[in-house]
Amino acid sequence: MQTTHPQAFDGDDVLFAPVLRTGRGFYTAAVFLLAVAAWGAYAYTYQLRYGLGVTGLNRPVAWGFYIVNFVFFIGISHAGTLISAILRLCNAEWRRPITRAAETITVLVLFFGLGSIIIDLGRPDRLFYVMQYGRLQSPLLWDVTSITTYLTASTLYLYLPLIPDLALLRDRARGWRRQLYTAISLGWRGTPEQHRRLERGISVMAVLVIPIAVSVHTVVSWVFSMTLQPMWKSTIFGPYFVTGAIFSGMAALIIAMAAVRRAYHLENYLKPVHFNSLALLLLTMSLLWFYFTFAEHLTAYYGGELAEGAVLFAKVTGPYAPEFWAMVVLNLVIPLAIMANRRTRTVAGIVTASASVLVGMWLERYLIVVPTLANPRLPYARGLYSPTWVEWSITAGAFALFILLYMVFTKLFPIISIWEVREGRERGIQEAYERIESYLPTPTPGTQPSGRVPGVGAAVPSH
Amino acid sequence: MARWGMVIDLDRCTGCQACVVTCKAENNVPVVTPREAQRGRLMLWMTVIPEVEGEFPRVRARFTPRPCMQCDHPPCVKVCPVQAMTKSPEGTVSHVFARCIGCRFCVQACPYGVTYFNWQAPTWPKDLREALNPDFAIRPTGVVEMCDFCHHRLQHAREEARADGREVRGEGEYVPACVQACPARALIFGDLDDPNTAASNLAHSPRAFRMLEDLGTSPKVYYLKEG
Repeated sequence: MQTTHPQAFDGDDVLFAPVLRTGRGFYTAAVFLLAVAAWGAYAYTYQLRYGLGVTGLNRPVAWGFYIVNFVFFIGISHAGTLISAILRLCNAEWRRPITRAAETITVLVLFFGLGSIIIDLGRPDRLFYVMQYGRLQSPLLWDVTSITTYLTASTLYLYLPLIPDLALLRDRARGWRRQLYTAISLGWRGTPEQHRRLERGISVMAVLVIPIAVSVHTVVSWVFSMTLQPMWKSTIFGPYFVTGAIFSGMAALIIAMAAVRRAYHLENYLKPVHFNSLALLLLTMSLLWFYFTFAEHLTAYYGGELAEGAVLFAKVTGPYAPEFWAMVVLNLVIPLAIMANRRTRTVAGIVTASASVLVGMWLERYLIVVPTLANPRLPYARGLYSPTWVEWSITAGAFALFILLYMVFTKLFPIISIWEVREGRERGIQEAYERIESYLPTPTPGTQPSGRVPGVGAAVPSH
Repeated sequence: MARWGMVIDLDRCTGCQACVVTCKAENNVPVVTPREAQRGRLMLWMTVIPEVEGEFPRVRARFTPRPCMQCDHPPCVKVCPVQAMTKSPEGTVSHVFARCIGCRFCVQACPYGVTYFNWQAPTWPKDLREALNPDFAIRPTGVVEMCDFCHHRLQHAREEARADGREVRGEGEYVPACVQACPARALIFGDLDDPNTAASNLAHSPRAFRMLEDLGTSPKVYYLKEG
């Protein structure tokens, strides 16, 4: 259904369609998500009024769902910028319809990461003290610094490739939308000079965001590993968290892609080959994640230190065993079973595996935060944690609001980068051909290098 | 400058919990309902940890009073993002309630579990409310609080000493409430750097040890092993 489309180059109307027209399905979904988000907001006002005592947090488990969500959301944010930047820098041509969907996840989800921290504060009214009296030695201040840098950089990185598309929309929209797109497309006319500057800007940002993204989740892990607590104080937490972040981020990206593909009929743009390529990356990350998890738990077991052992066995055989083994199944067994087999590595299969990974990675964050707190070094204050309706509602509200914002974004901006897809058609094929040719041994004198793609070469402009 | 420290003689502790009650009254520590206490919201800046060792007939009960360890390298101070946890030049760790944003990082960082979070608005039964200590502020919802060696008592002692034009004496003038209340004299308090105080002598005794000493936090609370 996607290969022999008669109007393959129809001006990419289907990509403009979601922005210019909105159906009933969108409003139904939006009202439902808004209701869930409103319920979450009510739960938060309730918590503000009566204090954090309305949650299931206690002594010793003073961090719970909110911090889990914080780590999870910041992890999801690695979907976008990092994956998109790496694929851009590697000149992976299949990235073209994916990057925008990915970068949008990053920017939107970061607000929920930061928001989770604010929800977790006992005194959110004093938040500004972090700026006013900040202590550089505190890993939380490192978090604030690196997440705000990341948010700035990834917003820029989302915005730059959006400019040509905004200009395209400017020429098609009317009314307030026209004014909006005129204002934010910054006078883009698509001149070669503008293209040259834009591409330079994008490349610079793509290089910049990679170290920033890596630093973000490393610093998040340091919130835990800088303390002396058993099974937190670990040197591999930085890379372990970054791996988990990319892993869960990719899963979120695949689900988002499948959702927009279905809702906006983008089967011709988001093809099984895109899902397949991402699935292979996801599979790699799954194995890498397992490697880290295994190393982390084996060293804790082998060393046999009492405090670490208490946490370890609480996870493996104790009260957290159901979550622990569910995590292993969801993060390793299911993805491996589905995606290592070519016959089940279909779009539906890949989306199932991704959903499994998302749940599994949330559990992984939970299992990092809670069991350690429940089993402190001094065995006098041991406790369990069971969240109340407040935490469940706020968590559900946060997820609903995120999905809603993502949907609204697709209504304001094209979720597939139109100009980049066109560029792929016009220049990418030729460039890829030349690149592959350059990998091969130079032709011996006498043979004629073609410099053209056989068949499509005629349509490719020289540059 | 004095370096205030405490020595707890485990041989003398009878487990009477006078220190626990005194501390609650002295520092206006909120009272929680039994149901909330069951949920892990009990607040005791000073607590006595009971341990029962061995099997009948060789059973032994042991009581370990546990105030804030007042570390020389306090993990709670380092992680506080707003400098609400502070260590004074005299080495005492105390907490500025009015600045605390309630992130509870100090709660996670402390290996001894001595920091307490105000999950709810503080409450007291009527009789206790009338007996609140006017020398010490009560804390609002959503901030952390913990033992600071009764810092307000040090301020009193310092004012009196200043009126006489001298420093606070290393022993006797300034003691936290728990030390004053202990009927068995199991808690000894004083300047650890002054070689003439009982506290500094006992801290150097062969019986002395500190809790989780290998973590490198260097507590200023010493325990004396049971003989």
